[in-house]
Amino acid sequence: MIDKQVSSAADAVRDVFDGAVVMIGGFGEAGSPIELIHALIDQGASDLTVVSNNTGSGEVGLAALLKAGRVSKIICSFPRTVNSTVFPELYRSGRTELELVPQGTLAERIRAGGAGIPGFYTPAAVGTPLADGKECRVFDGQEYLLERGLKADFAFIKGQVADRHGNVIYNKTARNFGPPMAMAAKVAIVQVNAVVDPGEIDPEIVVTPGIFVQRVVEVADPAFESELVAAGVSYP
Amino acid sequence: MTEKVQTERAQALGVVGRSREEMAKRLAQDIANGSYVNLGIGIPELVAKFVPEGRTLIYHTENGLLGMGPSPEPGGGDPELINAGKRYVTVNPGAAFFHHADSFAMIRGGHIDLCVLGAMQVSKAGDLANWSTGAPDAIPAVGGAMDLVAGVKSVFVITQHCTRDGQPKLVESCTYPLTGRGVIDRVYTDLAVIDITADGFRLVELSPGVDFEYVQALTGAELLPIANT
Repeated sequence: MIDKQVSSAADAVRDVFDGAVVMIGGFGEAGSPIELIHALIDQGASDLTVVSNNTGSGEVGLAALLKAGRVSKIICSFPRTVNSTVFPELYRSGRTELELVPQGTLAERIRAGGAGIPGFYTPAAVGTPLADGKECRVFDGQEYLLERGLKADFAFIKGQVADRHGNVIYNKTARNFGPPMAMAAKVAIVQVNAVVDPGEIDPEIVVTPGIFVQRVVEVADPAFESELVAAGVSYP
Repeated sequence: MTEKVQTERAQALGVVGRSREEMAKRLAQDIANGSYVNLGIGIPELVAKFVPEGRTLIYHTENGLLGMGPSPEPGGGDPELINAGKRYVTVNPGAAFFHHADSFAMIRGGHIDLCVLGAMQVSKAGDLANWSTGAPDAIPAVGGAMDLVAGVKSVFVITQHCTRDGQPKLVESCTYPLTGRGVIDRVYTDLAVIDITADGFRLVELSPGVDFEYVQALTGAELLPIANT
């Protein structure tokens, strides 16, 4: 029998080690695996490199992990939020390094990493400051930049339903970076509202096949960043 | 042209140009039925309100939705159904969700017909600057703008013709960090519609009550007259 379900978020993140590369899904609060991130804060791993589109809001979720001083580098496309001063302070004081990546390049670097592609050429950012230091090559008369695939030790992902084989379906625009991140991580951890028996998800609608997922954990009633921020919550 | 002269001239001419809504309405006339369209945050979002009767556009939002509908009723909304500006949206019949790598394959792969963006500066060569002032203390944030301008078939800018302090946004060459080089096709401002051509800025149409000399004076590079067709 295959059973990738673990009993708790704490159990799911137990072996994240100092210096690990952790991909964290989500676009804003949609798809942000808050319970896994909070479990990681409790677990204590530090000197992390985080790959995530944003840097969180308020002082919960990803912003709380940053505030706790656990992240030495973030690879990100849009590290600005109206309601969070956590990242700007870390960035200006030099405590967290930023690698700024165009959003589509970030998504494709993650997909490539998971698909066994070490590098690829993209037209995005040609002629801009983000092209500095990158190999430029002309194909069919157009310039492209070499970008490297990204891999991770762990990925934290929020889905809607998973079975015990790790097949996952998502909810609306909370899907965002989840599927490519699951592919790119050695240990992809997916929190879902419900874990079901194999066979209960129609194979025709599986979005992330179980081969890309190592652990699933049920978080039946996940919190939302905006609700926690509105309630004035600061984690822990 | 000094700000004072500019103001006097504007008063003499009774110039008002187009409002934000009128700019959006003008741009909407130029989008073909059935187009796949990505609208940026701000004035570009207004375009969706003015699509002419009888045309259906399919809106793409880069965070994973084709067939995006309008904002939900006040008080409604799903935090897992948002647009690229992280605001609540709805889905139209025939919509589809997908992940980020597929979303940017649509963009980079040339599958999206049109993208409408705001701008800080546009050069006569079609360079766009819209993500950073380059100020040393600013937090750099780029999002999907560089991918959009590099990959979408047509890229339109909708913007005020000048900055708040009267500086031209249409310039000889951008002084702010670029978002993309030679990527803009057409600019819609409060004063005019202007194409980017191999020869530079070419006037397509003046806003009502605006004359050529006025627009030229507020443009930071030569403005070519309307092409004879």
